[in-house]
Amino acid sequence: MDILSLFVIIPILTVIGIMITKDAKQTRVISAIGMGLQLILAAYLVYAYLSARQAGDLAEMLFRADYVWYANLNIHYAVGVDGISVAMIALTSIVVFAGIFASWQVEFLPKEFFISLILLSGGVFGFFISLDLFTMFLFYEVAVIPMYLLIGIWGSGPKEYAAMKLTLMLMGGSALLLVGLLGIYTNSAPDGGPLTFNILEIAKVNIPIEAQRMFFPMTFVGFGILGALFPFHTWSPDGHASAPTAVSMLHAGVLMKLGGYGAFRVAIFLLPEAAHELSWIFIILTSISVVYGAFGAIVQKDLKYINAYSSVSHCGLVLFAVLMMNKTAMDGAILQMISHGLMTALFFALIGMIYGRTHTRMINEMGGLMKVMPFLGVAYVIAGLASLGLPGLSGFVAEMTIFFGAFQHVDVFHRVVTIVAVSSIVITAVYILRVVGALLFGPIKNDHFLHLEDAKWFEKLSTVTLILAIAAIGIAPFWLSTMIGDSLQPIIDKLTVIIP
Amino acid sequence: MNLDSFLLMRHEMVLTIITLMVLIADLSFNEEKKIKVIWLATALFAINTIIGFLPNISGNLFGNMYKNTDLQWTMKNILNLGVLVVLLQSVEWLKSADNKYKISEFYLLVFSTLIGMQFMISSGSFLMLYLGLELATIPMAALAAYDRYRHHSAEAGIKLILSAAMSSAVLLLGITLIYGTTGSTYFDVVALKYANIPLQTLAFIFFFSGMAFKISLVPFHLWTADVYEGAPVNVTSYLSVISKGASAFILIIVLFTVFNSISMIWKPLLYIISVLTMTIGNLFAIRQQNMKRFLAFSSIAQAGFILLGIIGASSIGMTSVVYFVFVYIFSNLGAFGVVSVIYYKTQKENMDDYNGLYHTNPKLSLIMMLALFSLAGIPPVAGYFGKFFLFTAAASSGYYWLVFIAVLNATISLYYYLLVVKAMFINKSETPIAYFKTDVPAKIALSICVLGIFFIGFFSIIYQYLESISFGI
Repeated sequence: MDILSLFVIIPILTVIGIMITKDAKQTRVISAIGMGLQLILAAYLVYAYLSARQAGDLAEMLFRADYVWYANLNIHYAVGVDGISVAMIALTSIVVFAGIFASWQVEFLPKEFFISLILLSGGVFGFFISLDLFTMFLFYEVAVIPMYLLIGIWGSGPKEYAAMKLTLMLMGGSALLLVGLLGIYTNSAPDGGPLTFNILEIAKVNIPIEAQRMFFPMTFVGFGILGALFPFHTWSPDGHASAPTAVSMLHAGVLMKLGGYGAFRVAIFLLPEAAHELSWIFIILTSISVVYGAFGAIVQKDLKYINAYSSVSHCGLVLFAVLMMNKTAMDGAILQMISHGLMTALFFALIGMIYGRTHTRMINEMGGLMKVMPFLGVAYVIAGLASLGLPGLSGFVAEMTIFFGAFQHVDVFHRVVTIVAVSSIVITAVYILRVVGALLFGPIKNDHFLHLEDAKWFEKLSTVTLILAIAAIGIAPFWLSTMIGDSLQPIIDKLTVIIP
Repeated sequence: MNLDSFLLMRHEMVLTIITLMVLIADLSFNEEKKIKVIWLATALFAINTIIGFLPNISGNLFGNMYKNTDLQWTMKNILNLGVLVVLLQSVEWLKSADNKYKISEFYLLVFSTLIGMQFMISSGSFLMLYLGLELATIPMAALAAYDRYRHHSAEAGIKLILSAAMSSAVLLLGITLIYGTTGSTYFDVVALKYANIPLQTLAFIFFFSGMAFKISLVPFHLWTADVYEGAPVNVTSYLSVISKGASAFILIIVLFTVFNSISMIWKPLLYIISVLTMTIGNLFAIRQQNMKRFLAFSSIAQAGFILLGIIGASSIGMTSVVYFVFVYIFSNLGAFGVVSVIYYKTQKENMDDYNGLYHTNPKLSLIMMLALFSLAGIPPVAGYFGKFFLFTAAASSGYYWLVFIAVLNATISLYYYLLVVKAMFINKSETPIAYFKTDVPAKIALSICVLGIFFIGFFSIIYQYLESISFGI
């Protein structure tokens, strides 16, 4: 048994465990134990990875395991991680762990809720460890489909509409993606020999440029839809706003990162020539995402919508950075994925907790919450500051690196779009500070708010976990940066051959 | 006829014997004991299924009129498994007072059609194919009209027999032209003499249209929805799963062996029909409220997916088609099983009636959801693998746009499958279907389906076995 497969097996075992529990309390405990184990395992993986690198293991992927699954189509169950996947796995386990505690009080069908949530997380873990496009796509879809039930059953507002919209748009994206992946597969042996789904194998061959031109847009848009690429981002605000707390956390925090991760691991790594040729189209689209998302967040009044639009903006920045195709920007992209994942999960968790008390998410109906619930208030401020890129917190490191990398391009086009994208920092500051001001400070508008309690223990646990992670990245980004930087090297090496 | 040749066609022979035994039992049992025919027939058929799985002997009979290779053997076994599930699902229904006097008829008719299908699969000549086809079709009409006092059922029977007669006529015309231009009805001889000349193309098109009726490909699908809705649920599931699967098997064998020299003609034709079938089947399925009609249109769309593997025209293509049908049998019978259980307990078969079903009957709802996800091709259930391999087959022959259209259609189909999931899990209802106990045979049948849906995908050995017996052009 290899260590990576455990990341899929633990969720499955947890689900089986939940199935035999009797009441909501046991369900919660089992889920927390399962995901706690997962968190410990992720921490161990980071440690094991770093010490393996320290010991001089220079392999592209570590902890590899490879089992033949469908021999005649050359489909393998192949797993392996580099620094980037390790970082993403760590992110996922933190967010899921926090998500379990954020949904401690789910009362309606708790068993089903936790089963769906953990299945979803299992899909995400599987996606990040996969080295085989077939299993990668399989896990991708496993991660998407429980979302329908989670939003449809436990959501709020126009939940049925939002759930259907989200599922169909993401599945439409995976339709494009599937054709793209099959295209990569059928062109994976241009010189003859067996076709393969293995990413590392495909990276060694040069896929014919005509095929690349056809399949790069499909693959990139396929992943891009999950990463809220304009104009395919519309599922995201509705979906996030209607989803229950833990699902918003997991979805904005982790699932949207599948898009960014796939975009560079598959679309750019395997189809670099076409990526270089066509990147300008997507750079324009992503800079629209970045700015449009930020402006969208300004005009919203519902806390969840504000955050959802802000996610569109931040995830757009990830795709933007990936398309810059140089080391610094890509480094920033990964940092941004992790930073945004933690920060937005924190945001959604806090919004869920606040909503659970005030029963409203409209900022004009709230005010002065800092006085009644200082813990949640302070946490919200921290999340806000991380989001607008305050030095010392994770957002700053990520965004600086991205814009620095993007500005390394000397041509006019790249500089102009970079300047456009940079403007989002200012807009972000506007909407974050506006919300913080209206929500936490000023007079208390509703007498009923005076009697609200501050966070309970499980809520504190959930929040503190996320804040610690955010601060850790902000204060000591270098180890994460080295981990990512080393792993980006193969991709950069491949790109430098093409890009002068 | 010696023992070896008996063993060679044991599927058909054993089934014939069983049919006769059921007939004799029906004659000798008195009124009260008639109900025992159910157990006798089901048990006998279970034995038949097991006998079918005994190691195969390949060979030809009757001067190449009858062929049996590992491929045919596998296809027949797949059908047998499916029929066994259908029979188990029918037990409760046959016990009802209405059916008391015609229990054995049900088995006789089902077994006859199955014999017909098995002869079709094994046929090495168009004559044998035609004989099998008629044997598989005419009793089917009687089955559709089984609830003869119910207006819809009688109507379904008449519709089925009329459209079947029509399609047989077209098919026969095709066969006549084939005989006229090649001088033979034997597959191997015809294959050698077939070329891209107008009359032979015309003959092919007639033949293909006849087959398209059976698989209900667009534009030959119009009979499907009415017949499926009118016929009793279990007959509908038999029609839409077993009959369709058998026809798909035959189509792929004939296209790959007899008409392989004119594949440049039938590939574009199938391309267009596949796109039409998937799209129209899906668009109509969206609007259906009646669960039987709903599954009928969804099964039309599924037939369009099967064509993808045929167009792929490679050994992967054939493997994927057989594999897909195998998976499809479990998924669709799972869905039909739930519909039939609910129908015979409550007489309800509309989607609205399923509102809130999860809260009263969680197990049935979960099975239904699994089956629908499998039909939609959602991992990790088997349907995902089935669809993925079909797409791979088409993509490796370069049909990327067709794959793209197909995957988009799969997304559309997900929409209406999710509507049922939504009804069961999300919608609230004032009067949900009350909790009830499912009868044991239906439970066994549903368990078989669930096992199939869950595990087929993970065991690649099935796919690899199918690959080893398949061939391409």
